[in-house]
Amino acid sequence: MRFIVQKILYLVPTLIGITLVAFAFIHAIPGDPVLIMAGERGISPARHAELMAQLGLDKPLWQQYISYIWQILHGDFGISYVSKEPVLSEFMQLFPATLELACCAIVLAVFIGVPAGMLAAVKRGSIFDQSAMGLSLLGYSMPIFWWGMLLVMLFSGYLGWTPVSGRIDLSYYFEPVTGFMLIDSLLSGEEGAFSSVARHLILPSIVLATIPLAVIARQTRSAMLEVLGEDYMRTARAKGLSSFRIYAVHAARNAMIPVITTIGLQVSALIAGAILTETIFSWPGIGKWLVEAIFKRDYMTVQGGILIIAILVMAVNLLVDILYGIINPRISKA
Amino acid sequence: MVFSPGASGRNSLLEIRNLVVSFETANGLFKAVDGIDLNVESGEVLAIVGESGSGKSVSMLAVMGLLPDNAHISADILRFNGRDMLTMKAREKRALIGRDISMIFQEPITSLNPCFTVGYQVAEVLQVHLGLKGAGLRRRVIELFEAVGIANSEARLNAYPHQMSGGQCQRIMIAQAIACNPKLLIADEPTTALDVTIQKQILDLLKDLQYRSNMGLIMITHDMGVVAETADRVIVQYMGRKMEEADIVSLFEKPQNAYTKALLAALPENVKGKRLPTISDYFQETAGAAAGLTE
Repeated sequence: MRFIVQKILYLVPTLIGITLVAFAFIHAIPGDPVLIMAGERGISPARHAELMAQLGLDKPLWQQYISYIWQILHGDFGISYVSKEPVLSEFMQLFPATLELACCAIVLAVFIGVPAGMLAAVKRGSIFDQSAMGLSLLGYSMPIFWWGMLLVMLFSGYLGWTPVSGRIDLSYYFEPVTGFMLIDSLLSGEEGAFSSVARHLILPSIVLATIPLAVIARQTRSAMLEVLGEDYMRTARAKGLSSFRIYAVHAARNAMIPVITTIGLQVSALIAGAILTETIFSWPGIGKWLVEAIFKRDYMTVQGGILIIAILVMAVNLLVDILYGIINPRISKA
Repeated sequence: MVFSPGASGRNSLLEIRNLVVSFETANGLFKAVDGIDLNVESGEVLAIVGESGSGKSVSMLAVMGLLPDNAHISADILRFNGRDMLTMKAREKRALIGRDISMIFQEPITSLNPCFTVGYQVAEVLQVHLGLKGAGLRRRVIELFEAVGIANSEARLNAYPHQMSGGQCQRIMIAQAIACNPKLLIADEPTTALDVTIQKQILDLLKDLQYRSNMGLIMITHDMGVVAETADRVIVQYMGRKMEEADIVSLFEKPQNAYTKALLAALPENVKGKRLPTISDYFQETAGAAAGLTE
């Protein structure tokens, strides 16, 4: 318990740092929200100054930062300059779409990457090992938008197996309950809705999973190789255990520590990856939302969005730290 | 010694003739064991002595099937309890290893899996080989812990290896090895990593367990003190070959082979204040007798 409280306390300075960085970066981009809202017609200097004052953007930066922090401490992430909606409620509306996509991608990456890496280590030097590692290098090096477009061209354009974009066919409509389309489509009871949602998820999930899959497979392989040389693996074989038990129980548990670290890091990378993937597949999630907010200099949305994402990423990292202790008893007692 | 040496006419438990183990290396095949013959009977303690690299562990790891894939093993005879281990299927061999033949190693702490409780690691052998479950399994594990001298055994079931000392870990390794009442136990330098008082306790424990269950025990060591204390019969190995095989009394009183003599001469208690001889010193004195050593 003390271990967990300690870990949470360590997060406070990180959070402060993140607010500072997010605030500084978005203000460093030239242009301001008022100019962009005015568009090509332009705006008179007097009206510009008036609107800037309304948004509180006329004050010195340090004052703006302090009042922003004050807001955050009261649980208020601000109001979007563009939509006039609270940032938090916009985020909550869009986040399930990203979460659903990210979950599918991470499940795909873990369920293929971990066994593939384990098998590659056990069959080191085999054709399977070499091809798996070759493919993972390819997966890791490919630009994600290019890979996404290739898949769309092949599976959606040429073969016509999967839809090009969106979350569901337009012919279906149901009220969102959880925001997760897979669950909502099942709850709605509409025939064919679930399969439509699933088909829409396939390509974006594959694209988003590609890099994490490659990283997880390589990390699992190297962690497994290290573990396989350990003395306790010889003991496991000397006990007459089956190969499955030796690898899946004795080796895997030890190899999982670095693999879980990687999975945790990849969850953060997924959010970054989601920005590109969501743009390619017109996926209505927070990635797309943030990109649009940056283009519109919607300071509140960008700052708030980054902060909320950072909090989520830190929560995942905290979970990873706690998992270490459960998997390897030496860590929590140390 | 409790048991008389080798040729007593009892059925041999492990019989090896002309065992050759070589490893594929970047410079071609390297022969680590070159034509070893060996025989162990029930109730007998055989010590295999030799310096590092003499192939003593490798020959036993070959019997256990624990060598890496780049090892080539061949033998004229490799038989355990009358069964040919050379033609045995992998599944049959797995059923034998850990149940009828078991092995303990030099580094007790790293030989136990750090992620599992010691209770689980001992229970696993009983589950896999004897199908024990539930309360019966737990009772048997506690019994084994008591048999190897783990104090407060019930509470120690849930301890992890890092919470135990080296000596305790070696006791757990022994509990794991004797769990299914094996016919043969191979102990590969079981006391090398332990301090002297613990060494003595572990050797006494091994001898006691061996005596009570009448199992065969192969003790791999480079320590002549361990040999004198435990063995009925001794095989001296050097550079993958058997130099000499003798019962314990003859070996210490009348060593036949030049290498054995060199080994005994290098014991600190036999030198008395002078510099310890090395093998090369010794062979200059007994150059003629060294023929058995070199190619």
